[in-house]
Amino acid sequence: MMAGITKIDMAKTGNEAMAYAMKQINPDVVAAYPITPATEIVQIFAQYVADGEVDTEYVPVESEHSAMSACIGSSAAGARTMTGTSSQGLALMYEMCYIAAGLRLPIVMSDVNRALSAPINIHCDHSDTMGMRDAGWIHIFSENPQEAYDNMLQAVRIAEHEKVRLPVLVTTDGFIISHGMERVATLPDDEVTKFIGPFQPGTKLLDVARPITVGALNFTDFYFEHRRALVDAQAAAVPVIKAVGREFGQKYGTAYDCIEPYQLADAEYAIVALGSTCGTAKVVIDQLRATGVKAGMLKVRVFRPFPASEIAAALRGKKAVAVLDRSDVLGGFGGPVFTEVRSALYQQAGAPVLADYIYGLGGREIDMEMIGSVFAQLQDGTAKPDSVQYLGVRD
Amino acid sequence: MSLKKYQELALGGNIERGGTAAEFKTGDWRSLKPVYQAENCIHCLFCWAYCPDSAVHVTDGKMAGFDLDHCKGCGICAHECPGKKGAKAIVMEPEVK
Repeated sequence: MMAGITKIDMAKTGNEAMAYAMKQINPDVVAAYPITPATEIVQIFAQYVADGEVDTEYVPVESEHSAMSACIGSSAAGARTMTGTSSQGLALMYEMCYIAAGLRLPIVMSDVNRALSAPINIHCDHSDTMGMRDAGWIHIFSENPQEAYDNMLQAVRIAEHEKVRLPVLVTTDGFIISHGMERVATLPDDEVTKFIGPFQPGTKLLDVARPITVGALNFTDFYFEHRRALVDAQAAAVPVIKAVGREFGQKYGTAYDCIEPYQLADAEYAIVALGSTCGTAKVVIDQLRATGVKAGMLKVRVFRPFPASEIAAALRGKKAVAVLDRSDVLGGFGGPVFTEVRSALYQQAGAPVLADYIYGLGGREIDMEMIGSVFAQLQDGTAKPDSVQYLGVRD
Repeated sequence: MSLKKYQELALGGNIERGGTAAEFKTGDWRSLKPVYQAENCIHCLFCWAYCPDSAVHVTDGKMAGFDLDHCKGCGICAHECPGKKGAKAIVMEPEVK
């Protein structure tokens, strides 16, 4: 850590950590609607506004669709804009989320991952954010409250970078992270202000000296080109995410990247996972290593842009790999992480056996024993190539 | 006309100057067109006020004809036109006879 910066340890849940990050970011505008299990984020933030601890214009809207609509207007006007939601709320935003990305508006949103109805459920799986994986947003998953805090600060830098200018989604696992209290090392307010820097908007609707039109109609002659430009923006985000993660490490001690290998370099058997499950898996891997099993993990921190080549390189030479998917693609070929990882490995000579395990839907427990059983199946060959299994379901 | 490549477009599809709507011709699907009968016009400018687009030209406070690149042929101008002694200054005629 750089000399002179003293981190302050606090006991915070994931929601509290994200709200605290928002307070230190001090955005110009927040428009949000409450939903379990993300309510606390905007509730705590609203208290900061009421207490005069931030300068933010808080817009209490009547729905998530309106929340994202207000964010789009605010961001296009040239204001640093944030929001937060979960599950059905995010689903109600989907229409506007595509527009936020297409208009290249650097909105930062916290999403507490929660299952989608029906049946109605308030607990964790990744169905909600996976439902907008083609929307053009950057998706960053967090393993614990500390990462949720750190990711929120980095998200502002990534979203607003002049080569990126895309909205960023930072997620935590519903209840597991959102309501789980841990020690979170926070930065001083002024350090956050310095790290994120002043907002330099790319679109400024309120600049009356330079009138512009935002959201103009595109016909067959221009739509394709504007969508193609979004592809480049996603690609341009990769080096920016890495540089911001590296800078965060140099300044504050913990570096971040698109993927995080854990005991992976010499591993023979590996799992690929996102979010809080990675924390549980690390303990399992430590135990397996103690018994001589060469187990490892590839944690996917950034799901969009999908780090395909890095993942392929990191899994090269493994005997067998299990993808842990906390959501399903109904009627598809495995979960969303599996299909992307398999695609990334397709041209690799001698690619590892790859199996998919759908787990934890609707908050179903994933424990050390279950992750251990996945490693056992990778070792004894019962994890068949391209098999899709449901881990922890009664059958 | 060669159109811009995707790398050359403005951020997010923004149009980075004002007043560009006039350049976008929107009148090409019209089936009826307004025809001006100057001898019946009292220059009340009801047509200009009622036009839902901006398709009525006015010069020095007087009706000066139509912008047929933007007129959709809705006929509101002809409907509102008081004319002179019962004769309309605007009549709608089919584009195709």
